[in-house]
Amino acid sequence: MDRIQLLDDIERYLRNEMTPAEKYAFEELRQGDPDVDLMVVEHSLFMHQLEMFGDQKNFRTSLHEIHTDLASKGVIKETAPKAIIAQLWKKHRRVMGVAASIAGITTLLIAGISTYYSRKASTAELQVLSKKFENTEKKVNALSQQVENKKVEEPKAPATPIKSGGTGFLIDGKGYIITNAHVVEGSQAVVLQNNKGAEFRASLIHLNAQNDIAILKIEDADFKAPSSLPYSFRKNGAELGEQLFTLGYPREEIVYNEGYMSALTGFNGDTLSCQIGVSANPGNSGGPVFNKNGEVIGIINTRQTQAEGVVFAVNARNIFNAVDSIVKIDSSANHLKLPLNSQLKGMDRVQQIRKIADCVFMVKSY
Amino acid sequence: MKPDQQELSLLEGLAKNDREAVEVIYGRHFPMVQSLIINNNGSSEDARDIFQEAMIVLYERSRTPEFELQCQLKTYLYSVCRRLWLKRLAQAQRYIPQVNGLEETIPVEEDVELHEQKNLEFQMMEKALLGLGEPCKSLLEAFYIQRRNMSEIASSFGYTNPDNAKNQKYKCLLRLRKLFFSEYKINTV
Repeated sequence: MDRIQLLDDIERYLRNEMTPAEKYAFEELRQGDPDVDLMVVEHSLFMHQLEMFGDQKNFRTSLHEIHTDLASKGVIKETAPKAIIAQLWKKHRRVMGVAASIAGITTLLIAGISTYYSRKASTAELQVLSKKFENTEKKVNALSQQVENKKVEEPKAPATPIKSGGTGFLIDGKGYIITNAHVVEGSQAVVLQNNKGAEFRASLIHLNAQNDIAILKIEDADFKAPSSLPYSFRKNGAELGEQLFTLGYPREEIVYNEGYMSALTGFNGDTLSCQIGVSANPGNSGGPVFNKNGEVIGIINTRQTQAEGVVFAVNARNIFNAVDSIVKIDSSANHLKLPLNSQLKGMDRVQQIRKIADCVFMVKSY
Repeated sequence: MKPDQQELSLLEGLAKNDREAVEVIYGRHFPMVQSLIINNNGSSEDARDIFQEAMIVLYERSRTPEFELQCQLKTYLYSVCRRLWLKRLAQAQRYIPQVNGLEETIPVEEDVELHEQKNLEFQMMEKALLGLGEPCKSLLEAFYIQRRNMSEIASSFGYTNPDNAKNQKYKCLLRLRKLFFSEYKINTV
């Protein structure tokens, strides 16, 4: 009981609730009794502890209340605990985003580039194909046109004013010259050049595109025609396998070639022409084809582009027809007559050529 | 960076357990701590515990007369929380050598140590109170913690008069003291 009284006194002492007299008496007691003094110290510590405990407990309670309060007000948000993956995601979201976009851009870029280039390549291929096709088509067209029009490619002489060039030869001693129609077709002027380099102007007398035959007349006064032609013309043409030779101007120089009769008809069974086995080049057009007796059996006009050594010549019969048609129209040409007897029969080839060469001209069409 | 005037007044309020001040501090700094904890293997419950612990540290420190805040409240709370969370992780054997966070920190080890000591005492007191049993516990809590006056306590607890209640309280207090000091001696020796 007195212990409780003492505790009450200590408490009141510590709380300063004692009257000065009581306080004095208590301090006397405390100084006199060490047990009481110890008890005061202990109690003071204990009260402090208890007070601290109380405060902390109150504070904890209020913190708890505040937390609930703020959470309900939405001032603070309680985030749900996240899974590791979610955490990793959140942590590396930016890096992953950047990486993903880089990857995406790269993929798109590569895809774009590859598509672009592959498309380009395929179109190039197509173009190549189409070009090839075009080429083939062109060739086929050209070929059919060639056959139709009896045309060959013409050499383009280095002196560009010349539109086309070919070969021509005299058909009589008065300056009439025969050549292919396609050589002189569409030209403003025609100049002939002999094997010595002398040039003569000529005018177009007759043109038959169907048979690919043109007849020119040399105008120049200084042209000295041979009194008679060394060669002749043979209406019936040649036999299969007959030896043939040609003269022409595929270059600036007169060129000799020889071969044989390959077929009696021309391209696709054309009976107006025949096939001969000689090598011919652009520029040979309009050149005479002779048999071994020096008789003209045809005029070279085309060659098959896809085949080697397949050359076609207009039959000599067409020359007769052409001359006939001239004579009918132009009375001044009624003296025109194709020689039928060759002076070259039995001569050796070199001799024949020496004689013929003077009568073969380069035809330059301007 | 020194705390500004507003923070100092908040701190004053905190020391007095002023509801408004505590609410302001709580609302302002909890989200930061929460993101720290959650980004470092914790849950929002962990975040709440840690933050409230840190608030108590700050509260205790703010009540000591020699305490002077040398940095912003934010930095202080962040540092304490970081320290506490590291300790928590270490205890849970989930030690992560580096707690990630970009906030500025200050050394708070001393404060945390001090707090742990106080926490120990708090737990001893709590244990002692629990060991005391009813109605002593409620009676002592009503008087010493809720600070209600004796006559009010007497009527609510059903004592015939305040003196009886007072006597009962002293008896309880003596028992509590005995329990507390026995615990205290075990823990301190």
